[in-house]
Amino acid sequence: MKRKHKRLLFVALGILILAAAASLILFAFKDNIVFFLSPTEITEKSKKNEISPQQRLRIGGLVEKGSLTKGVINRFKVTDLNKSIIVEFKGLLPDLFREGQGIVAEGRYNNAVFTASEVLAKHDETYMPPEVAEALKRSGKWKPTLEK
Amino acid sequence: MIVEIGHFSLVLALFIAGLQGTLPIIGAHQNNHSLMAVATPAAIIQFILILGSFIALTYAFLVSDFSVINVASNSHTEKPTLYKISGVWGNHEGSMLLFALIIAGYGAAIAVFGKNLRPTLKVRILGVQALIGTGILAFILLTSNPFLRLTPAPVNGKGLNPLLQDPGLAFHPPLLYLGYVGLSLTFSFAVAALIEGRVDAAWARWVRPWTLAAWGFLTGGIVLGSWWAYYELGWGGWWFWDPVENASFMPWLAATALLHSAIVSEKRDGLKAWTIFLAIIAFGLSLLGTFLVRSGVITSVHAFASDPTRGVFILLLLIVTIGGAFILFAWRGPTLKGAGLFQPVSREGGLVINNFLLTVAAASILLGTLYPLFIDVLKLGKVSVGAPYFESVFVPMMIPMIAIMGLAPLLKWKRGDFKTAIEKLKFAIALSVIGGLFVWILIDRASAFTSLGMTISLWLLTATLTELAGRIKLFRSSLRESINQLFRQTRASWGMTLAHAGLAIAIAGITASSSWKVESIQIMKFGDQVNVAGYNYTLKHVREIQGPNYKALRGTFIVNKGDDINWVLEPEKRFYTDPVMTTTEAAIRPTFLGDLYAVVGDRDEKSGGYITRIYFNPLVPWMWTGAIIMVLGAGISLTDRRHRVGAPSSNKIPAPGIPAE
Repeated sequence: MKRKHKRLLFVALGILILAAAASLILFAFKDNIVFFLSPTEITEKSKKNEISPQQRLRIGGLVEKGSLTKGVINRFKVTDLNKSIIVEFKGLLPDLFREGQGIVAEGRYNNAVFTASEVLAKHDETYMPPEVAEALKRSGKWKPTLEK
Repeated sequence: MIVEIGHFSLVLALFIAGLQGTLPIIGAHQNNHSLMAVATPAAIIQFILILGSFIALTYAFLVSDFSVINVASNSHTEKPTLYKISGVWGNHEGSMLLFALIIAGYGAAIAVFGKNLRPTLKVRILGVQALIGTGILAFILLTSNPFLRLTPAPVNGKGLNPLLQDPGLAFHPPLLYLGYVGLSLTFSFAVAALIEGRVDAAWARWVRPWTLAAWGFLTGGIVLGSWWAYYELGWGGWWFWDPVENASFMPWLAATALLHSAIVSEKRDGLKAWTIFLAIIAFGLSLLGTFLVRSGVITSVHAFASDPTRGVFILLLLIVTIGGAFILFAWRGPTLKGAGLFQPVSREGGLVINNFLLTVAAASILLGTLYPLFIDVLKLGKVSVGAPYFESVFVPMMIPMIAIMGLAPLLKWKRGDFKTAIEKLKFAIALSVIGGLFVWILIDRASAFTSLGMTISLWLLTATLTELAGRIKLFRSSLRESINQLFRQTRASWGMTLAHAGLAIAIAGITASSSWKVESIQIMKFGDQVNVAGYNYTLKHVREIQGPNYKALRGTFIVNKGDDINWVLEPEKRFYTDPVMTTTEAAIRPTFLGDLYAVVGDRDEKSGGYITRIYFNPLVPWMWTGAIIMVLGAGISLTDRRHRVGAPSSNKIPAPGIPAE
């Protein structure tokens, strides 16, 4: 093979890898993008039947004070100070989980209960997850003082 | 007083770095030796100044000088000494100072050990390194100064985040920075070579050990972080595809590619432009990681509290550094013609394909990490891209890569023979296929994915050992001769064998732990028993204990299996008061086949029992062992005498057929 041919072969191989990677990425994006909704949006969308029970969602907001019951399945409410959503989570809550604090939960919404497979609270307690701030802004309850 | 000296020497270091970043580069251009002579002493003085500054901050932490804002916000008198020291880099400002210290440290190392480097190349490297340092030092002094005072000084500090009060995490940042910043040096090498318009084997010979060192530190840092997450967060997981984890993983992939393409540049005088390109990309990804972690643009469990000005500054630094390097690359790159011609089926060919796969994998992770940001900027909603995306994109790309990784070392440089290599590997092929089928048929809960994972793990291990056996002429000469040969292998070739075998072992661990994890969550009263993966756990009691700066609930589990095993597992839930926070300390008992992992949680008011979470995490110890072997491989390779020999022997290009590295 001449130098030119060899280079052509590598270029073709490169394009092949890129094409394979691109299709993998597109395929993965189609199935694995998780949309973030505020409690108000979830309530509204579920009224209009726009949420399927299979769809993975993220919700964010503050843990409503006095709403937490711990157990093998933990139950609490997440609020954007406008609407709140009941969340159930099996397992141990993160160490930084506290009532009144901002959290993000990922899971599925069905029959007015959000079953979370993952609950994120931050390592840094002074940190407000951007999604939570966004949820509060969307509900019009955002106060800059919440962002310590 | 000492704090002011520290502050002052940091300002001085900025000026020295500014001089070091300009005068020698101008000098090298004009062939002005007195300007060029600035570089070496400046690099050493700059390092000493930043070191002084770092020691001053450490001193402030040790004596708990709460008149310094940084100390007051991150330390406390009752904290153990180790965590007073690690508190220095356990916060944004201090960690940036450590970052600057390491940049200057690598520069000083080149100033001292780079005697054999071509003088113009050396001063250009030191110049570029100092320019990066100037950017970081300016960033520290303008936006993140750790020496600012606080009046009146509080009686006590706010304390360090208890999650960071952990031996694993005390050393995670320094290792990670040694890795990240090590890539700044290879970047400086690349830019200096572009300015000079010359990339030769001597250049590549210098780049290789520094890339290897950076790669080893980066691997160690990532693994330490992952290990910490595994035992500290109490979820039994060790990798979450969190943006901040990705931020360290992308430079690692690029550094791995760079490590291998630098071999081709050194040994075969080829892939020069590609090596330069990778060196720029690798450091670019390190800077991008720094930006993602510190700007707060992306939701992550690890993010520092955010400050927009810092984000903008780092973004600017990123654009100037990487943009500048790419412009230079576009201008000078085309002149870098490689001499090493090779056939597609050759060791170079394999390395090229794997380099490409690694780079594309890094790019796909980058896309997934930044995608939520794009969508947000375009006002299309808030989305997140989680583990399922990364797993379904990354894993399929790694399968062909590992297939080639086993094969390529058995191909000759320049022109390999596919048939001969396959002939040599028939035992490895048979063994890995049989192993995969064995897993598929005989083990419960084995999916096609699990069997495939085990097959490629076995393939990589057996192919790596086959390659070693071929080099020592095992079964082709007497056993004694083979053993003699074994001891005569170069350290660099041991590095390859160990790193590849280590990865194989780690892959087995990764596959098993993600396929066969057993989890059990329940409420247990004292005396209650639960069986997890064949082990019987009895909760004996939960007691309150007093630690140095925390109180804790310590659960005691008795673990039985048959008559021989009678272990005690004691997980804790700790309550810190400065700052107020609880942490989980999982109790882990490693066995050959997996980790026994127990966590004790809150008391259940209704039943009076405790919520417990028990896992069996199969082959997780293999993963850590494999990773340690990989780092060990990097370390052994670094001690190879040929890596330490500088330029003088550079015209001696080894003949084809020399052992793989």
